[in-house]
Amino acid sequence: MRRRSEPLFTLGFFVVVASLFPLGLGPEPELLRRIAPGVLWVAALLASMLALGRLFGADYEDGTLEQLALAPAPLVLAVGAKIVAHWLVSGLPLVLVSPLLALQYGLPGDVIAHLMLSLLIGTPVLSLIGAIAAALTIGVRGAGVLVALLALPLYVPTLVFGAGAVDARLAGLSAAPNLALLGACLALAVLFAPLATAAAIRISLE
Amino acid sequence: MLDATDLECLRGTRRLFAGLSFQVAPGECLQVQGSNGSGKTSLLRILCGIARPERGAVRWNGEPIGALGESFRAELAFCGHANALKEELTPVENLLACASLYGVRAAADAVRTALDAFRVLPLEALPVRALSQGQKRRVALARLALCRHRLWLLDEPLAALDADAAETLARLVDAHLAQNGICVLTSHQPVALRARARSLALS
Repeated sequence: MRRRSEPLFTLGFFVVVASLFPLGLGPEPELLRRIAPGVLWVAALLASMLALGRLFGADYEDGTLEQLALAPAPLVLAVGAKIVAHWLVSGLPLVLVSPLLALQYGLPGDVIAHLMLSLLIGTPVLSLIGAIAAALTIGVRGAGVLVALLALPLYVPTLVFGAGAVDARLAGLSAAPNLALLGACLALAVLFAPLATAAAIRISLE
Repeated sequence: MLDATDLECLRGTRRLFAGLSFQVAPGECLQVQGSNGSGKTSLLRILCGIARPERGAVRWNGEPIGALGESFRAELAFCGHANALKEELTPVENLLACASLYGVRAAADAVRTALDAFRVLPLEALPVRALSQGQKRRVALARLALCRHRLWLLDEPLAALDADAAETLARLVDAHLAQNGICVLTSHQPVALRARARSLALS
């Protein structure tokens, strides 16, 4: 990690977007608390998408991706490692900073804990699904917009279950069903996303 | 033994070449020549398995390379147009990363020897970003000496190299051929090899 600024972009974007809503909507504690789960989740989702263009783009331009595809080690492993690295710099910081932003919305302590938990399970799914979209758009002009168009519809279940878990907790209900479904999304994505990404890279390189 | 039979390559709707067949035996070098856009790079990408030919097959020791998969790739070193160097890392870090990618346990000493052969050792502590185009190419080619692969596919290895580095490369290829290696390279000017080299002209 010699390029220290990139994780900060993602984090900065998340913080700024999540802070704009209270400023725009005015200090109404009840309203802010109501919209907090959705707003924070959407902000995290958009922020984690920012770094997707760099996931394979830089490697494609300097030829490293070809070398990865030609290495004797399976491409799936290299892709998996890249996704983990991507999550560590663009997903995990969002999870860690989310309690601070949740305080702006006046969420109670146990709801904040559930927000963190849902983001902890959900952001890896975003990285995994995003990697497929990023691999499909390798070498395409205007890849940034295309990645967003491809990935955002696929993010919908994650968003629904993630924000749903926090919402349920806020309403005094159990968050377990939503978290379980979120976990199921993660399990599916871990299984299939690296394979699909590796296949997409081979197609894009051809 | 690298064996290409009846290769055909289309780029869009344009046919670059068709019915191309050749064999390269151990200890042999094939120099692919042709004007810009004649399909030299496409041919190398087909030979290494990144791209698929429209028709025909590439075989390595009698087996199609697609079926061999990882065992073929373990014997292959490909140097493309791009140098595949990370701008933020130093030459030594780049070569170490590359060696581990190929499952070669390279000591830092071996990396330094490889860099020294191309006279880029004094630059070892600089990030690659600070190197000139020719120096980057030298670092990329130093990789060949580090990982001992049987088959070298070099796309325009002489691009951006000066006469001195071109000579170093020619000796490196000679040494590789002397050890029964195989080399296919594309180039506009002939590489001055001592070993026998065949040339293949794409029109």
